[in-house]
Amino acid sequence: MISYIIRRLALMALSLLITSILIFSLTQLLPGDVAKLVLGRDASPTAVQNFNEQFGLDKPVIEQYGRWITGFITADWGISYTAGSPPVRPLVLTRMANSLLLALATLLIAIPFSIIMGVVSALKEGSWVDHSISIVSLSIVGLPEFVTGIVLINFLALKLDFFNATSMVTPGQSILEWVQVLVLPALTASLVIGGYITRMTRASMLMELKKPYVRTALLKGMVWTRVVYTHVLRNALLPTITITAISFGWLMGGLVVIENVFNYPGMGSLLVTAVNFKNIPVLQSISMIIVFFFSLANLIADLLYAYLDPRIRLG
Amino acid sequence: MRGSPVSISAPVLHARNLSVEYFVEQQWQNVLRDVEMCIEPREIHGLVGESGSGKSTLGLALMRALSSNGRIVSGSIVFEDRDITQLSTSELASIWGRRISFVPQNPMEALNPSLTIGRQMSELALILGAETARAALEQSISLLETVQIPDPGRIVSRYPHQLSGGMLQRVMIAMALSSRPAIIILDEPTTALDLTTQATILDLLRELIQREGTAALYISHDLGTVAELCDSITVLYAGEIMEFSAVAKLFAQPVHPYTRGLIACLPNAVRGRDSRLQTIGGIAPSLSERLEACVFSERCPYATDTCRKEKPPLIPLDPSESGGTLVRCWHWERILDHHEAEAAGRSSSSPPLGNGKEKYALKEWESTLFSARNIRKSFIENPGLAGLWGKKKQVLHAVEQVNIDIAAGQTVGLVGESGSGKTTFARTIVALNEADEGSMCLRGFELSSSLSARKHEILRGIRMVFQNPGDALNPYHTVGFAIGRTFKKLNPKALSQSQIRQEVFEILNQVGLGPDYYHRFPNQLSGGEKQRVAIARAFAAAPSLIVADEPTSSLNVSVQAVILNLLKDLRSQQNVSYLFISHDLEVIEYLSEYIAVMYLGEIVEQGITQDVMAPPYHPYTEALLAAAPSTDPTLRRKRIRLKGEIPSPREKPRGCPFHTRCQHFIGKICEETVPPLRKSGTGHQIRCHHDLDTLIELQKESFP
Repeated sequence: MISYIIRRLALMALSLLITSILIFSLTQLLPGDVAKLVLGRDASPTAVQNFNEQFGLDKPVIEQYGRWITGFITADWGISYTAGSPPVRPLVLTRMANSLLLALATLLIAIPFSIIMGVVSALKEGSWVDHSISIVSLSIVGLPEFVTGIVLINFLALKLDFFNATSMVTPGQSILEWVQVLVLPALTASLVIGGYITRMTRASMLMELKKPYVRTALLKGMVWTRVVYTHVLRNALLPTITITAISFGWLMGGLVVIENVFNYPGMGSLLVTAVNFKNIPVLQSISMIIVFFFSLANLIADLLYAYLDPRIRLG
Repeated sequence: MRGSPVSISAPVLHARNLSVEYFVEQQWQNVLRDVEMCIEPREIHGLVGESGSGKSTLGLALMRALSSNGRIVSGSIVFEDRDITQLSTSELASIWGRRISFVPQNPMEALNPSLTIGRQMSELALILGAETARAALEQSISLLETVQIPDPGRIVSRYPHQLSGGMLQRVMIAMALSSRPAIIILDEPTTALDLTTQATILDLLRELIQREGTAALYISHDLGTVAELCDSITVLYAGEIMEFSAVAKLFAQPVHPYTRGLIACLPNAVRGRDSRLQTIGGIAPSLSERLEACVFSERCPYATDTCRKEKPPLIPLDPSESGGTLVRCWHWERILDHHEAEAAGRSSSSPPLGNGKEKYALKEWESTLFSARNIRKSFIENPGLAGLWGKKKQVLHAVEQVNIDIAAGQTVGLVGESGSGKTTFARTIVALNEADEGSMCLRGFELSSSLSARKHEILRGIRMVFQNPGDALNPYHTVGFAIGRTFKKLNPKALSQSQIRQEVFEILNQVGLGPDYYHRFPNQLSGGEKQRVAIARAFAAAPSLIVADEPTSSLNVSVQAVILNLLKDLRSQQNVSYLFISHDLEVIEYLSEYIAVMYLGEIVEQGITQDVMAPPYHPYTEALLAAAPSTDPTLRRKRIRLKGEIPSPREKPRGCPFHTRCQHFIGKICEETVPPLRKSGTGHQIRCHHDLDTLIELQKESFP
C-alpha cells in the first residue's frame, strides 16, 4: 500500500511536470508583448530592454522554462509584473488559502445536504417529494452562479442584514466574522455542486435499491430502514466520492464568477486578472497550484474508493 | 417451538386462484392467472417453465415479495393457517427468514458485495435470536459447516467476490435453512453454476431438505434437475399452470401437449443422431395479450376451435384421487389415447439401442479442413487499484498445447465447464485473440494468428456464432443490413444492391425467417429469432468452418431444439464444418461426430463420439457424465462427485491439471508429472496416468 501511494505520488509529480510544460508553452502563446503591456504602449526601447533583462525575457525559451521550473521547486516563484514588483509566492499562497477555505466550506454545506436530498428522493421515488427535489435541483444546476449569488445577497445579506454582502478576508478576524464572510459565497457554490450531487446520489441509490441483495436482506426478515442504512447507503454513496473530487478541483480554480460577485479574494479572480495583464509568473504559479489540488483530490478519492470497496481493495 | 403445530395432512402452503400483475409500459399487465399450488409437508415441489413463463414471479408472489411494480390482484395464499395476502408488513417481516426462506438464482448478486459473508450471515442469526454479535458469528460458522464449506472460520471474513458461485450458493442455502423454516423457495439455485458444482449442490439440497424435514419449492427451467430432485412438478406456461403431476408420472406419461413438447425436444429424447429433434412451433404469447383462449392453443398441434375460443379449466384426470395429476387441456383424453397407441406401435418395431451410432464410426473423413497445433494463449492481468494492497501482476494460462483437427463436413464438439478455456480457444481460432504460440491451417494454408493479417478469403472461410445473440447483433442495424453487410464485405464478386437484397432474402429463408424480417431491428426479435439471424449472418459468407460458442445456452429448450435442427439442416445442405462449443454433453453428443473434452485449457480427451461417450473415459469426462442430470427415471448412474471446484487458471495445478479433483487419483505421479497421451486404435486419446485398460476396469461399476 505504501509503495502504491509512493508510485501514485510519483505519477502526480510527473503529471505536474507535464502540466508545467503545457502551461509554460501556453503562456508563450498569449498575444501581445509583455513589456509593452506592462510598461505601456509608449515605453522607450531602453525601458523595454531593461524590463526584459530584469525578468529574463530576452533569454531562449528553454532557458526561461528551466529557470522558472527550478525556481518554482525551490520556492522562488518569481516577482509579479504589477507595480512595485511584489513577490508572487506570498500573493498566491494567501489566495490559495482563501480558496481552500471556501472550497472546504462549500463541501461542508453541499455534501451532507445533497446526499440527504438524493437519498430521500430515491427512497420516495415517484412521489411529490421526489419530483420537487428533482425540479428544484435541476433548476438550480441550470441557473448561472451570478443569478443565485445575487438572489442570495438580496435575501440573506440585504434583507436579513446578517451576512456581509461582500467578503474581505483578513487575518485576525474572529471565527464569527469568518463565518459571516464565507457563508454567502459557499452557499452559492454549494447550490451549484449540490444540485449535481443530489441527482447523482439519487441515481446511484435507485440503482442499488434494485439490486438483488436488497431483496435477500429483506427476506432475512430485516426491517426496511435497517436494510437501507446497513446495506444500500454504503454502496450507493461510493460514486459521490468521485464527484466530490472533481467538484473540489472546480472549487479551487473555477469560482471566478462567485468570487467577483462577492468580491472574495480567491484564486479564480487572481487567475483572470493575471491572464488579462499577461502576468505570467502569477499565471503559471496559480495554474500549478490548481493542478496540484486537482490531482491530490483525485488521489484521495481513489484511495478512499478502494478502501470502501472490497472488490477493488482485495481484487 | 417455532410456529404452530401443523397436522400431517394439511399442506404447508396453499395458493388458490392467485393472479399477479406487473406495471409495464404504463399499464397493469397480467403475469399469473388463476394459479393453484399446494405444497405438502416434506415435499419438494418442482416448478418448471421457460423464461418469461412467470415462474420466478410466482416464487416471489408466494412470499409476497414482489418488486414494487408487481401486485397480487386476487387469490389467497394460506400458510400456517394464515393468509399471506392479508398480512401487514411487519407480520410479513416476521415470517420472512423465520418461516419462509428464499434461495435466489445468482448468489453473487444476491449478497452485498461490500459486506463480509460473516456479517451478512450474522444479521440473520441476530434476527433469529442470537444474543451477541460474537454468538451470531459462531452460529454462522457452524452453519457453514453443515453445508460442507471447508475452513468456515476463514470464509466468514471473506467478501462475496472472493468466493466461487458454488461456495456462495452454499452460503445462501446455509442461511435459508438456519431458521428451520416451514418452506424454502429456491429460484433456479444451480442455473449459474457449472455442471459438476450443480451436482454437488443438488446432493446437498436433497440431503439437507430431507434432514430438516422442510418443504421446498424448486423453480427451474431445467427438466433434468427437477427430475432428479423433486417429488412432484408443476408446469407453468405464459402465466398459467398447464399440468401438475408426480415426478415419475410426468416423465413416464406427460399429458399436456406443452409438457410433452418440452420433454420431446430435449436432445437425449432421440436415439441416434440422424433423427431431428421435436420442436414446439411458434413463440409464447406476450404479456399484453390477454387471451380468452387456451394460452398454448397457438403452438399446440392438437388445438381445435374450442381451444381458440375458450380457456380450459385445470382439472384432475381422476377426480376421485386427491393430489393426482391436474391438467389444463380440453383434449387430454384424446392425447392420452393417441400416446398409448403410439407407444404400443413403437415397442414392437423399435430398433435395438445404439444402432444409430454405428454408422459414424465407419464413416471415413476424407480431408482435414482445419487443424490447430500446439495453440497456447495466456493473459496477463494487471492488478489495477488492487495493487494498492500489494496485489501482483498475474498470468492466466487460458489455453495450453491444444491440438485439434476438423474434417470437411464434420462437427467437432468441444465440451468443458466454465473456466476451461473453450471460449478463449474459439476466439483464438477466429483471431479475436492472438495466439501466443502454435499454428493453424485451413485447407493446408497457414493462418496468421492476427486478425488484421488475415486475408478476406480466410475471414470468409471461418465464421463465428456467439453465445448471446442479443449482444452479437448491433441494436441499430436492421436484420437486412447486418446480413447484407457480410455479403458486401466478404463476397469475392462485387454485388449490386438488389443482388445483395436477393441473397439476404435467400439466406433468411434458409434459416426459416420470412422476407418481412428484412427491415426488423434486433429488439423486435425473440431470442431464438436473433440467433437465427446471427447464424444467417455467419452463413452469408459461405464459410467452410463455423465456430459456434454455446449458441443455444441462452435459449429456452424448445427454441434450442429449433436451432439445433437448423444447424444440422444447414450443415447437410452446405457441407460446412462446425466447431460446436457447449457445456452440455447431451447437446454435444447429439450434434457431433467427434468430441474434445477440455479442462483448464488442455484437451484431456478426444476421439469420435462413440469412443468418448463410452468407457474408457478420462476421469473428468466420467465425472461430467455422472453429473449431468437426467430426465430418465430408469437411468441411475453411480454418483461421482468431484472434490472442490475447478481451480483458477491463475493457479493451475502442476502435473496433471485434474489431479486436485480426480476420483482415480494415484499419488505423487499425478501431482508432479504431466500425464502421457494414451491412444487407442480408433484415434481415441486420453491424457491420464492410468492406462486405458485400468480406466475401463475403474469405470466398470459406474457405467456397466
